[in-house]
Amino acid sequence: MSAARKRPAGLSGRAVAYAIALAALATVPYWMPGEYYINVSSQILFYAVFALGLNVLVGYAGLVSLGHAGLLGIAAYATGYMLESGYGHPLAIVAALVIGVASMALYAVLSLRATGIGFIMITLALGEIIWGLCYRWISITNGDNGINLHGRPHPFGFAINTATSFYYTTLVVFLLAMAAVTVFVRSPLGAALMGTRDQPRRMNALGYHVWAIRFWACMFSGLLTAVSGVMFVYYTQFISPQAVDLTASAEVLLMVISGGAGTLLGPVVGAALVVVVKSVVSGFIERWNMLLGAIFVAIVILMPEGLVPGTVRLWRLAWRRLNAQRGAKAEAKP
Amino acid sequence: MTFWLLLTVNSITFGGLLFLLAAGFSLIFGLMRIPNLTHGSLFMLGAYFGATFVGGMLGLYFNFWVAALIAAVMVALFGAVIERFLLRQLPGQPLAQVLVTLGIAFMIADFCLMVWGGDPINVATPSGLTGFIRLGPLVFPYYRLAVIAIAVAVALGLWLLLDRTRLGAMIRAGVDDPDMARVVGIRVSQLFTIVFSLGAGLAAFAGIIGAPILSVYPGLDFQMLPLALVVVILGGSGSLLGSFIGSLIIGVIYNFGQALLPELSYFVLFLPMLLVLIFRPQGLFGRFVP
Amino acid sequence: MSALTVSSLSKAFGGLRVTNDVNLDVQPGERRLIIGPNGAGKTTLFNLITGELTPDSGSIALFGDDITRVPSRRRPHMGMARTYQIITLFPHDTIVHNVSLALLGLLKLRWNPLIDLKRLSHVTDDARAALDRVGLAHLAERPLAQTSYGERRRVEIAMALAQSPKLLLLDEPFAGLSIDERRDVHQLLLGIPRDVTMVMIEHNMDVALEFAERITLLHFGEVIVEGTRAEVVADPRTREVYLGH
Repeated sequence: MSAARKRPAGLSGRAVAYAIALAALATVPYWMPGEYYINVSSQILFYAVFALGLNVLVGYAGLVSLGHAGLLGIAAYATGYMLESGYGHPLAIVAALVIGVASMALYAVLSLRATGIGFIMITLALGEIIWGLCYRWISITNGDNGINLHGRPHPFGFAINTATSFYYTTLVVFLLAMAAVTVFVRSPLGAALMGTRDQPRRMNALGYHVWAIRFWACMFSGLLTAVSGVMFVYYTQFISPQAVDLTASAEVLLMVISGGAGTLLGPVVGAALVVVVKSVVSGFIERWNMLLGAIFVAIVILMPEGLVPGTVRLWRLAWRRLNAQRGAKAEAKP
Repeated sequence: MTFWLLLTVNSITFGGLLFLLAAGFSLIFGLMRIPNLTHGSLFMLGAYFGATFVGGMLGLYFNFWVAALIAAVMVALFGAVIERFLLRQLPGQPLAQVLVTLGIAFMIADFCLMVWGGDPINVATPSGLTGFIRLGPLVFPYYRLAVIAIAVAVALGLWLLLDRTRLGAMIRAGVDDPDMARVVGIRVSQLFTIVFSLGAGLAAFAGIIGAPILSVYPGLDFQMLPLALVVVILGGSGSLLGSFIGSLIIGVIYNFGQALLPELSYFVLFLPMLLVLIFRPQGLFGRFVP
Repeated sequence: MSALTVSSLSKAFGGLRVTNDVNLDVQPGERRLIIGPNGAGKTTLFNLITGELTPDSGSIALFGDDITRVPSRRRPHMGMARTYQIITLFPHDTIVHNVSLALLGLLKLRWNPLIDLKRLSHVTDDARAALDRVGLAHLAERPLAQTSYGERRRVEIAMALAQSPKLLLLDEPFAGLSIDERRDVHQLLLGIPRDVTMVMIEHNMDVALEFAERITLLHFGEVIVEGTRAEVVADPRTREVYLGH
């Protein structure tokens, strides 16, 4: 006979896990072995924001965009261009966000003509067009040479030029983004969006404006992407067409799919996976690109729901098996 | 005047090359309903293999055409493996299949980097086709004209395959209505392997044929892939004629665009594709809407 | 004023006339049955009425208002609800969430990106009430994937009823049900009050005939016979359509 376990009142396992994670994130500069790894952590966080933005479309709207790096690039280039033209950081950031979201509006109007495979192809084309403009429109983008930034903004008067200070800025932005996505997913609009993902025809028959719902999802995605673009360019202090090409769009898609599309933690885990392989593993394994590709193919075929839901599922399976064994053992005792 | 004529000839040559690339893409898209994102990588792989055989491997120097054929066959077999062992794990899930082709593209890109390094490889124009033909004041490279001839020959061959053979009839049936084709007894999954393999081989062949003109270098894969996409969307999925006409149009737009509007050349290139997807999604000659 | 008036409605695909000059006049509170052999164009007619298909010619009026040009997503807001022949529910969610989505479709609240849907007790309460009407209140929290086919059919009907429609279109509500399940659904439909006008497509004659007050027989997209149950059953053309002589 197994004794019933008493849970401490008010504390679920999940809440404890989140508290631990938050504590770990908040203290990263203290336990990470060196500035390089603090920087990697910053990268993980703003790429996570990028992946969260893409996930709004891929995971919650069911629309796979293969041009999202283009949108990140627009915000990044806008920041760089404004700064180069002599404007201050606050104006540059605001302009980048406005231009980024406005570009997304155009992107959405063009790509929402289709769904499914058609959507993938239109967004691939749009991403290529953006890349082509970044590469060729030298008067604005400086072409292949890119735009260099000089320095970072001073939010509330604090300088964020060190790895640690930038990390905390990124952490705050990341937590805000997570909160925003969580609120959205739980809202009526979020539920409606997921409805259009699963049964668009039925949603239309129930009185929903499917196109408009998808459009607003795109705008939300665009905002998150633009924010990550600003973070990206301030981190690297540089923007070039390479950050905007098909490979970059494929990488962020990889982050979403590998972590688990349509989940809150999936994009974060996926971002961590890709950034760690690119930054850390690449130091040990030269063929990390092939590794990334192989992981991607393996996940799509073997664990299509992604690492986060897949791991949870396997964990639950193992837990159940373990309990069943324990139960059998207990029964077997004389 | 000469400038425009040369530009035109180059455009048609490029169009021919694009046709060799896009024909396979169009067949795969038509039959399997997926845009094969590995297609550019197969083009590049064929170019690298061909370049290696031409440039000498293990002391053996292959004739250009033999090398091209061997490369095409090797990549065709590779394509069959991809379809049989990876894509077939995901029947009826076009989205997942597209993602797998994307992942494979990454792997091939890194493989090529590992084996052949980062420097571009130049492939010499095959002997017998070096040199120029003179028509009055105009000078055309032989090889460019040869590429056009090859493209036309392959187009004819494909047309004969699709129109006159049993396999072709089955492919056309599969493109028009895959469910019905199954009902009628056509082994559609086997057809998938054959068509994917054929598409891969064509792409690889295009890669090595194009190598004397374009060279072979990392990044070639993702440069050619969008072009194949544009051609097939413009021309229409599953239509050989569409691929042919689409290749010519895109070849012209690409070359003239680069020459006349360099800053907007990519925009100009993709504009027809966008317009088509928005106003006539099945393309000029397409059999279905993607 | 009629509940639903369809005038000279026609639709062709390529050369094929799937709906050929159809006229229909359904009175408020009526129970109308639409029958016809496979391919007669019954579901197409429904798709035209709900606006999922655009007619080539003709018009549709709902309680006096011309809705021919009204987009399909607006028609539920005007009192039209529909169930589908093939069950199209939301597979990743619970039953009560499915019905909640139906309720939300008519509310301005559906655009809100900030409130927590779970806190909107009036929505979930109304959803449970709708499920209660179809006898599924005890399964509210059950994931849809764990329900039986018969239960899903009833969820479909709950979703349609949740929108408090004035006109309810039912496309083969008895399809694939066992005898007991059919009986349950039949009772359910009988219990729907007269302020809801009902038009049903059905193949299953025993249950359907009991339900019908007036019957419209379609064949090759055309209305062949129309009248009261007795009239249509007795009409020789009905035999001809079904038996070929």
